[in-house]
Amino acid sequence: MAAVVRSSGSTTSELKKKSLVPYLLLAPGLLWLALFFVAPIITLISTATKTPGAGIGEFVQTYRWANYWDSLVGASGQFGRSFLYATCATLLALAIAYPLAYGIAFKSGKYKNILLVLVVAPFFCSFILRTIAWKQILGQEGPLFRFLLDLHIVTPTTHLTATAPAVIVGLAYNFLPFMTLPLYGSLERIDPRVLEASGDLYSNAFTTFRKVTVPLSMPGVVAGTLLTFIPAAGDYVNAEILGNPNTKMIGNVINAQFLNTQDYPTAAALSFILMIGISILVMIYIRKAGTEELV
Amino acid sequence: MKTLSRWFSRNLIRIYMVLGFGYLFVPVAYTFAFSFNDYIKSNLVWRGFTLNNWKQPCGVLDVCPALGNSIKIGLLATFIATILGTLIAFALGRYAFRGRAVTNTLIFLPMASPELVLGASLLTIFLNLGMNLGFWTIVIAHVMFCISFVVVTVKARIASLDPRLEQAAMDLYADEKETFRRITFPLVAPGIAGAALLAFSLSFDDFIITNFNSGTTITFPLYVYTHAERGLPAQANVIGSAMFFLALLIVVAGQIVGKKVKVGK
Repeated sequence: MAAVVRSSGSTTSELKKKSLVPYLLLAPGLLWLALFFVAPIITLISTATKTPGAGIGEFVQTYRWANYWDSLVGASGQFGRSFLYATCATLLALAIAYPLAYGIAFKSGKYKNILLVLVVAPFFCSFILRTIAWKQILGQEGPLFRFLLDLHIVTPTTHLTATAPAVIVGLAYNFLPFMTLPLYGSLERIDPRVLEASGDLYSNAFTTFRKVTVPLSMPGVVAGTLLTFIPAAGDYVNAEILGNPNTKMIGNVINAQFLNTQDYPTAAALSFILMIGISILVMIYIRKAGTEELV
Repeated sequence: MKTLSRWFSRNLIRIYMVLGFGYLFVPVAYTFAFSFNDYIKSNLVWRGFTLNNWKQPCGVLDVCPALGNSIKIGLLATFIATILGTLIAFALGRYAFRGRAVTNTLIFLPMASPELVLGASLLTIFLNLGMNLGFWTIVIAHVMFCISFVVVTVKARIASLDPRLEQAAMDLYADEKETFRRITFPLVAPGIAGAALLAFSLSFDDFIITNFNSGTTITFPLYVYTHAERGLPAQANVIGSAMFFLALLIVVAGQIVGKKVKVGK
């Protein structure tokens, strides 16, 4: 993931100029993406304008573009909630990951590589298993709840799971490595002499951090927040496992429309709106953050 | 006073790191601990220590076939995605050509789309084409989302190569093919290996896209998800923990081998 921010590539001028070879190299992979990424998105857009046909579960193309609006209005609550939860989870992940990445980059010496591996390591223990583990840890029969009960912080009727904060904490947890790695990538590249120079110019540690370290790590912050926000906004597993019926996100709605109700036009419309919504937010964000290319 | 605050700030970061890693590893430790639970039906309450779950990881119906599917799909998808992605990475890293911006966008977009949209749109096209959902539709989906990650990882490795090494080879009368075979490819190989590992772990752990395109085929994450309601057997914890330690072992071994190769040269 660090590669996302790192790779700037060499400049075009020093690259070999040959007519056919690059296209032959690109062809198979791009063909795969055209068939199984671009074509499906186009099918999604057109499926969204279909309406129910004569048979049960049959849909006919009638180009009813109002489907988009109807679906959006119908699920506006879940859309709002998804973006709210994803924003909270992203901020929480940033707050946890920044010191972590800072510590790995500047304070860990020869343990740097081991710590980096440890950041990614939880990924290998299934994502679903870990989310279920959180449910059980925070659950009423779990160790944490009993401990808090003994301390009289919670009463037997309080819930830690099946709440909005549980969903947000779960989202922040699941995408934490996506936040930490790009942050580490940009912090690690800061020239220590720049920090020394700041000290030489009479700024204290805090001013150096605020005026030098943070601005220089902005590419990592942008990449990390995007890599956390995007999957978090479309996630439904955390809301399913750690939430309650009132914390349903747009992902839960789309999932249910596709797999349970089988209302494909509505599900397709919602998926496309989600994609567009995220793209617009991302574009505004990149504009504001003022970074160049991400790949 | 200055040294005191400096000491404090240094240790503040340390304390913070311990807490951060704690947060990351609590669920993993929990999963590992409960793989030793002497459970009946549902693995929710601690009932005593046993090694039986580890002795019979396949002791529960469907767990091992699901794991087998995940491994087969993971290996196939990794193989295809690594080849396709590496070819694209070389094109982007080594050649000037028209359509570079379009290619970059096409690589970036799948990573920037929520998994849900990728899964849902693939399902839509599979349904429209009347394809049977199952093993192969999962492989197709996994290759699709792994390609971009392979490209980005391998491209970064190519970009970090010292161009002087290739120039030196050419100066020593190696032709282009030989330079590629004996200099460029061996230098990029660790990046390709890393990309393959990343692709496998993404494929192995994928739930959302798989859930849309699996039909009746069950992978390990699907097994865990569908059985969570009725109570998950501790065998799922065994497999999750085993995969975790296996992956750590591979990464650590890779690092040691990498160091030895460097020292050897």
